[in-house]
Amino acid sequence: MNENENKHTFFQGVRQSLAVTLILLLICGFIFPMLLSGISAFVFPSQAKGSLVYVDGKAVGAAHVGQDFTKPYFMKGRPSAYNYNTYYQDEHGNKYYNDDSEFAGLSSGSNNYAPSNPALTERVEADIEAFLKANPGVQRENIPADLVTTSGSGLDPHITPESARIQIPALAAASGLSEEQLAQIVQENTEGKLLGIFGEETVNVLGVNLGIAKAMGLAGDVSR
Amino acid sequence: MLQLILTLIIYLILVIPVGRYLYKIAAGKHTFADPVFDRVDGVIYKLGGVEPDKGMNWKQYALALVGSNAVMIAIGYLILRIQGIPFFNPNGIEGMEATLAFNTIISFMTNTNLQHYSGESGLSYLSQMTVIIFMMFVSAASGYAACVAFIRGLAGRVTDNVGNFFADLVRITTRVLLPFSLVGGLLLVWQGVPQNFSENVVVKTLEGTYQILGMGPVAALEIIKHLGTNGGGFFGANSTTPMENPTILSNLIELYSMMLLPGACVITFGKMVEDGRRQHQKNNASGNTLPAEQEGIIARIFGKEGKSIFLTMGILFLAGLSLCYWAELQGNPLLADIGLNQSAGSMEGKEVRFGIAQSAMFTTVTTSFTTGTVNNMHDTLTPLGGMVPLLHMMLNCVFGGKGVGLMNMILYAILAVFICGLMVGRTPEYLGKKIDGREMKLTALGIIIHPLLILAFSALAVATAAGQAGITNPGFHGLSQVLYEYASSAANNGSGFEGLADNTYFWNITTGIVMFLGRYLPIVIQLAIAGSLIKKTYVNESAGTLRTSTVNFAVILVFVVYIFAALTFFPALALGPIAEHLTIWG
Repeated sequence: MNENENKHTFFQGVRQSLAVTLILLLICGFIFPMLLSGISAFVFPSQAKGSLVYVDGKAVGAAHVGQDFTKPYFMKGRPSAYNYNTYYQDEHGNKYYNDDSEFAGLSSGSNNYAPSNPALTERVEADIEAFLKANPGVQRENIPADLVTTSGSGLDPHITPESARIQIPALAAASGLSEEQLAQIVQENTEGKLLGIFGEETVNVLGVNLGIAKAMGLAGDVSR
Repeated sequence: MLQLILTLIIYLILVIPVGRYLYKIAAGKHTFADPVFDRVDGVIYKLGGVEPDKGMNWKQYALALVGSNAVMIAIGYLILRIQGIPFFNPNGIEGMEATLAFNTIISFMTNTNLQHYSGESGLSYLSQMTVIIFMMFVSAASGYAACVAFIRGLAGRVTDNVGNFFADLVRITTRVLLPFSLVGGLLLVWQGVPQNFSENVVVKTLEGTYQILGMGPVAALEIIKHLGTNGGGFFGANSTTPMENPTILSNLIELYSMMLLPGACVITFGKMVEDGRRQHQKNNASGNTLPAEQEGIIARIFGKEGKSIFLTMGILFLAGLSLCYWAELQGNPLLADIGLNQSAGSMEGKEVRFGIAQSAMFTTVTTSFTTGTVNNMHDTLTPLGGMVPLLHMMLNCVFGGKGVGLMNMILYAILAVFICGLMVGRTPEYLGKKIDGREMKLTALGIIIHPLLILAFSALAVATAAGQAGITNPGFHGLSQVLYEYASSAANNGSGFEGLADNTYFWNITTGIVMFLGRYLPIVIQLAIAGSLIKKTYVNESAGTLRTSTVNFAVILVFVVYIFAALTFFPALALGPIAEHLTIWG
């Protein structure tokens, strides 16, 4: 091959690289996400918009995302490194998590404490004590592990059925609802394993609390 | 236990048709969808000036791969820097800092998807689409293209022609990745993964407080993230978040998406090698070849050589999965000490809907198939449970992502026949080709690069203040965090022990270098080996030939992989996860 031919091949290579890159950028980066959005909006409109849950027509949360609950008559979810992105605003517009620390903006994740990290043991100990205080009559060794450990996302919407059951007596006392009523609400928001095999049994905390709020007359019609 | 076994059985059933389809695409055979795709590809070839039938030798192929990747890096870097413009940016995200953009673009081009940013606060929708989603398609397609070229070299039918890179890139994107993504993406939306372009939603909760909910084209990214074994999440916490992975069904869809194509690659390999051999036998019909053996059903599906490779990968995978599952079930003894019931296993960092079983499964799969997506936080895994993902990234050949794992495993296979050849005093052969000094040197080089990158850079990190500054967990676990970061970079995995404070100049630049070298050096070396083997003539099998299509060979291969890993990585593992395990259980 002479030099001219080499040059020609080189420029042809650059041209092909550039052209193919731009074409694939258009197809994969624009057309594909747009097409998927278009079809989704038509076929699964509620899910595509984030599965928001509405009470009396106003969005109060999302079906798959957990929330931070503090009121004694509401069921508690797992501890979260980001308080489930739930916050309040003071009169100056400053945003704080429910524990009065500064709100970090939309986030997700865990504390990333290694099993050997003393900070993990301290945090779990503090959460156990807080739970025992809020739920008198519960024995320490009966607390399910998921209730005092953080999830990976910090947004876990679920707890295990045992974690829901163990909260019922304290919830009954605070809400004025009967334990049977509460057990019924928990039951309605419990989902079994897929085909009875895959995954775990879960209770959706937001779902339970919507049920409690409705039974107490604090909320009206729930819709998706 | 039962759900893990069933999950794997379903995988074995699914991988067969996908493998056949991928084989047809790679070998340029006719498929039912040709009438549509031939037209689409034809338009792309025409616009791009690609001549699909013009073959390349291995050097031209490697140059086209690296060159086109360089163009993509340049364009992507530019977009990240200017993403602050109000175009597909409803949440007002600003441009990205230079070293972080460098790290990010290398990370996504090399199919690593290591993330030193959090998607929800660091990327505009424009970047998520035109950088992240785009790169997820083309980096995966580049990897598969390299793998297909490598196989063509091994199957060796045409001298000095491993195919046309651009044609491979386009074919794999349009015929495999895009259609699979569209169907899988819709399934994910059905399960509750958002797919829209609106800004993040703020709702008023039942308690009168507010909650901000992430939105965006999540499903589009989610599906190709797994299908292309990419792994970088739309949100910081990746597939643990209920937006990316809301249900057990979405979890299974994502799991299979990342397992299917790497497994299918092995089938493609087995069948293409078989084709090459048949061709050779036909040409030498009068030759004195051994009579064809009876083929079992498994050998017919995977190809004889594919069968032993698949078996080897399967054994390594099951060993890792078992250890991880067992370790997580044991729970954390330090939490048991303060009176917390550990009968449910170690739930810190895991989601209730996935539990221990599907978390251990996902963890082992994401690091074996080098995806890097996580459905639980690896930093919080028990020491031995966390050692499994670390080890599988160090091995980097247990299926592996986008074809690269297969190429690495072939290097180990060459090493294995070499060692066996030494024992019996014969020149080693693999796939009917003699393995000579040149191939052995290249193989040794290809295998040594990976541990060298991991261990040398880990040493650098723990020896410098800038490196140590990133460590967030005390004790032996700190070393595990460092090892994990570089193993993840070198293996182009991208998962992390996320506690590591890694968005600093030191970590951005060093991991960027490791990802780059860890990606392109092995690919070039592997293509060189293929280019060298393709020119060799077949040697006929004789009674003294080491048969590489047997179960025995698979077992030998497992041992070779483990012995090599033990020789290179055991000291580091002993100081990290093993020491941590002994501390908390002591």
